[in-house]
Amino acid sequence: MQIYLPIAELSVNAFILLGLGGAVGFLSGAFGVGGGFLMTPLLIFIGVPPAVAVATEANQIVASSVSGVLAHWRQQHVDFKMGLVLLVGGVIGAVIGVELFSFLRGLGQIDLVISLSYVFFLGIIGCLMLAEAGRALLRTRGTGGPQARRRRRTWVHRLPLKMRFRKSKLYISPLAPAAIGVLVGMLAALMGVGGGFFMVPAMIYLLGMPTSVVVGTSLFQVIFVTGTVTFLQAVQNQTVDVVLALLLLVGGVIGAQVGSHAGRYLKGEQLRGLLAILVLAVCGKLAYDLVATPPDLYSLFTMTRE
Amino acid sequence: MAARSGHRLLALAALAAVLAAVLPSGVRAAPLVADLSEHLIKITTGFTGSRLLLFGATDGPGGVIVVVRGPRHPTIVRRKVRIAGIWVHGADVRFDDVPTFYAIASSGPLESLLGPQDLAREQIGTAALEMKPRTELMDDASLAGFRTALVRNRQHEGLFQTEIGEVIFLGEQLFKAKIDFPANVPTGAYEVQVWLIRDGQVVQSQKTPLFVGKVGLSAEIFDFAHEQSALYGLIAIAIALFAGWLASAVFRRI
Repeated sequence: MQIYLPIAELSVNAFILLGLGGAVGFLSGAFGVGGGFLMTPLLIFIGVPPAVAVATEANQIVASSVSGVLAHWRQQHVDFKMGLVLLVGGVIGAVIGVELFSFLRGLGQIDLVISLSYVFFLGIIGCLMLAEAGRALLRTRGTGGPQARRRRRTWVHRLPLKMRFRKSKLYISPLAPAAIGVLVGMLAALMGVGGGFFMVPAMIYLLGMPTSVVVGTSLFQVIFVTGTVTFLQAVQNQTVDVVLALLLLVGGVIGAQVGSHAGRYLKGEQLRGLLAILVLAVCGKLAYDLVATPPDLYSLFTMTRE
Repeated sequence: MAARSGHRLLALAALAAVLAAVLPSGVRAAPLVADLSEHLIKITTGFTGSRLLLFGATDGPGGVIVVVRGPRHPTIVRRKVRIAGIWVHGADVRFDDVPTFYAIASSGPLESLLGPQDLAREQIGTAALEMKPRTELMDDASLAGFRTALVRNRQHEGLFQTEIGEVIFLGEQLFKAKIDFPANVPTGAYEVQVWLIRDGQVVQSQKTPLFVGKVGLSAEIFDFAHEQSALYGLIAIAIALFAGWLASAVFRRI
């Protein structure tokens, strides 16, 4: 069933979009990752203009994060105070990011920046995940839990204006989480991702938050940041396609719920290793496209509005 | 499918009307009469492309050329260059008045109907399109590279048709041509021009308007997104919030 996307201005099979949403949703449910980093490149691969893919994906992440955060909230796994600090930074970052997006779009370099950001972040995250999964696999043969490394003191704990975050059992300066928030907001605006893949490790390794509250708190912040990005992209660039978002999120929310149920019965470390390989594959494809000689060296940009 | 057979019926009725008007009379005001089966292409949510029928009559034997030209917009052509192993956008040239769509149909090879000067003057064929580059810094050879790249990319998008369509004569005076519009057809005001050619000379040309517009839900969404963008953004967020909550509520019970 072909459906015309009014903002992307192209006709796509609705079932492909539902399927994409479902598959990425399943992964995000099973692994507790946002999935935006997979969905945005996939949308671009099927012909959605990058600007529309990024803005619309932000809108879809709002939905998947809400359904995720509700589950964590019920289990008391959200640190709202920390989330608030993160989201203040995130909103500032989103504003900067959307401005930057418009500026780069005018220069004609937005596609390059999107691709480079993806290659950079996916490359790093993929390698870290793979290493972590490998170590965890080795460790399960010996003894000892994966929790041993928390409570490391870093430069982050020497920053001024300390505040107490009870749920995270931390007494640290809000400047560090706010700075992480700014970066995540910019990533959300530029790359159409929730930023969880960056925020979660930063919260664990930089701030030293307990793993149990990390995912819920990160999802809480992601709702607001991607909401802000959606709003700003809609106002500034008119690139949010609600029809596309709706199809993706119908597939996505169902996939995510199925995935989170399935995740409980699956072996964590091996799956994380598989996800790492998937992340590296997307990274590799994008990197290849940057380096390989394009089929046509020229490209067009039609100025429908002056 | 119902819509398409509806088009065909309409086209037949219109053709019959032209026939009735043209055939019995010995004296005719115009040597060329042509019209489209429809003057509006509606892009709905289920739009997958469209086909229009152009039909007409001449006052005697001759060649007919049809050109369909989409709305014109300034277009920037960018050339990629390799920097440190990575392909990035390098030089660019802005062309003014570039049609977003271009299709030709003809009753015979263009060169056999009209001479090169006439084809150029009437802007028939992509090579003859007048697209003004806005640069003084570039030599002619590079500029020509940008120009051919522009045409090539439009062809690749399916918006400049690579093959010349057929104008089919039914007898000596009646003709028809099919014009196909792909699913990604740009919206706006189009111009359909028909030439009647005899002995290498343009006898007459006629222009017919055509409008491609979004209608129904997709039009409303598009207009809403552009005219009330703040409200649109808020609604998009509200839908997402609601969908997220709904999914969580539904699956909690399962």
